[in-house]
Amino acid sequence: MSPFLARNQRQGSALSLEKILEALHECHPETVIGTSPNGARWIQVTSFALLDVARLLKADPRLRFEQLCCLTGVDLQKFPATPERPACDDLVCAYDLHSLVNGHSLLLKVQVPRANPELPSVESVWGVASFFEREIFDLFGVVFKGHHDLRRLLLPPDWVGHPMRKDYVYPRSYGGVELCREGQTFESGPYT
Amino acid sequence: MSIELDRDGDFITLSMGPHHPATHGVLRLVITTDGEIVTACKPDIGYLHRSIEKIAENLEWNQFAPYTDRVDYVCSMNSNHAWVLAAEALLATSSETKLVVPERAEYIRVIVAELNRISSHLVGVGSMSMDLGAFTPFIHALAQREVINDILEKACGARLTYNYMTIGGVACDLYQGAEDEIRSCLAELEKVMVNFNRLITTNSIFKGRLAGVAVVSPEDALSYGLVGPNLRGSGVDFDLRRDIPYGVYDRFDFNVPLGGAYAGSKGAVGDCYDRFVVRMLEILEAIKIIRQALDQMPPSAGKEDDPVGGWWLSKAAAKALRKPPVGEVYFRTENPRGETGYHIVSDGTKNPYRVKIRTGSFCAVSIFEKLVPGLMIADIVSVIGSFDIVLPEVDR
Repeated sequence: MSPFLARNQRQGSALSLEKILEALHECHPETVIGTSPNGARWIQVTSFALLDVARLLKADPRLRFEQLCCLTGVDLQKFPATPERPACDDLVCAYDLHSLVNGHSLLLKVQVPRANPELPSVESVWGVASFFEREIFDLFGVVFKGHHDLRRLLLPPDWVGHPMRKDYVYPRSYGGVELCREGQTFESGPYT
Repeated sequence: MSIELDRDGDFITLSMGPHHPATHGVLRLVITTDGEIVTACKPDIGYLHRSIEKIAENLEWNQFAPYTDRVDYVCSMNSNHAWVLAAEALLATSSETKLVVPERAEYIRVIVAELNRISSHLVGVGSMSMDLGAFTPFIHALAQREVINDILEKACGARLTYNYMTIGGVACDLYQGAEDEIRSCLAELEKVMVNFNRLITTNSIFKGRLAGVAVVSPEDALSYGLVGPNLRGSGVDFDLRRDIPYGVYDRFDFNVPLGGAYAGSKGAVGDCYDRFVVRMLEILEAIKIIRQALDQMPPSAGKEDDPVGGWWLSKAAAKALRKPPVGEVYFRTENPRGETGYHIVSDGTKNPYRVKIRTGSFCAVSIFEKLVPGLMIADIVSVIGSFDIVLPEVDR
């Protein structure tokens, strides 16, 4: 019987972020803990280690992250620089994970350069990543190597550019339809 | 359903949708069929994409609340709830901006959210039975939903897109006499549910269409990110309201219904019928929660200016949202269609830096590619109905 079916069979215990990092350090000593000014903490991995770490996070009985709750892309280009975090224009993929068996959650982050954003696909680990990755490919232009069907998901196949990037320039027309009202400009964005 | 000119031997590629009444919106499934058997299925979404996440980056924090209604218009209250809780969770990470939500407002939120959960499930099970050819239960379900809509309309002025909850409270107090109306609505609903069960739940044709169809194993359900009733239909005992409680949900006593091969010998845990039954049982649990919330709710303070957080925004919330803490937060809530999570990144300005909305239907569509091959064409309609997909939530 599946171990996460019944609630009273979930014997695992929740690990702190430090303990999770310790478990990861056994094979990937380069992973570190990242923090944001509001106290949010996550584990930062390199793009080379991502797939390995993902497999470990799901399979290791101490960790058992069987749910990929959310996969988010973030463009750091316009994020204000601080002394601790100098300005950079990288893209970030944030993986929100949860373990039913052990009852702990984890935010996993990986940073990729804007010019050549490539990550290994984790759809072999969590099936839902297939859709999440297509969405991020569509909106941020991150290429997921090893994805079985990496196409645009939400936008039409002939759309140009990746709209959720902070330097995205709004198109003036699409498919022969003018997107800009008379006397209006898109320089400050269409919603202002 | 239209036939595309792509014939390869005995296989035919069909485009099911986007204008198919049973797809609950504009979902297009590109299916390859061998006779009546589907051999491949590619979901094609994006027809309702409104780039709500990009819009969020151009709006102020409280201005985004009406857009969350449109993320899922069948349960706007719950979408609202998810957004305000996520924003409050972000503000709570700094002691300067931490908001204290009035207790009465927390209870009002739970009551309206659970009412909306009932109406959403009624639409879900009603339209599912309509897709399968039983029209009458749909009318019964909509009649009850109408009563709930009336209550919510009196509470906030809108019938579908409420924009009732605000960061730090709710927009206005419940109206005079709301409690009695809600209680009589629930009593009526219980009677209707008995009728509904006699009409459709125990109907052997209906059972026959759903029993053993599209069985999702618990491992697959977790891997493909199924959440809410779809996950519990596969027998996984997980409900965010109970396991990671938010708001005042930890004060209520309710059961979490699970799939249990309810269709009998032909059924299996995690088939379409289980997902249907879980929704029906959840309506009864929601009734229990609302009754407890009505019992526990503190009385109105009676002050016009600050009953439950103030009209639109309390002063404290308005001040906090001018300079929210820098950082990020991921907040998960239990919606009728499962976990709705907001991943918010804030750069400390009056606009969110990034808002990612994780919705239940989006992940439910991702499992189609794996689940549908091997089923009959007619079963696809049951699958779409049983996952209770709402397309604006998929496309955002």
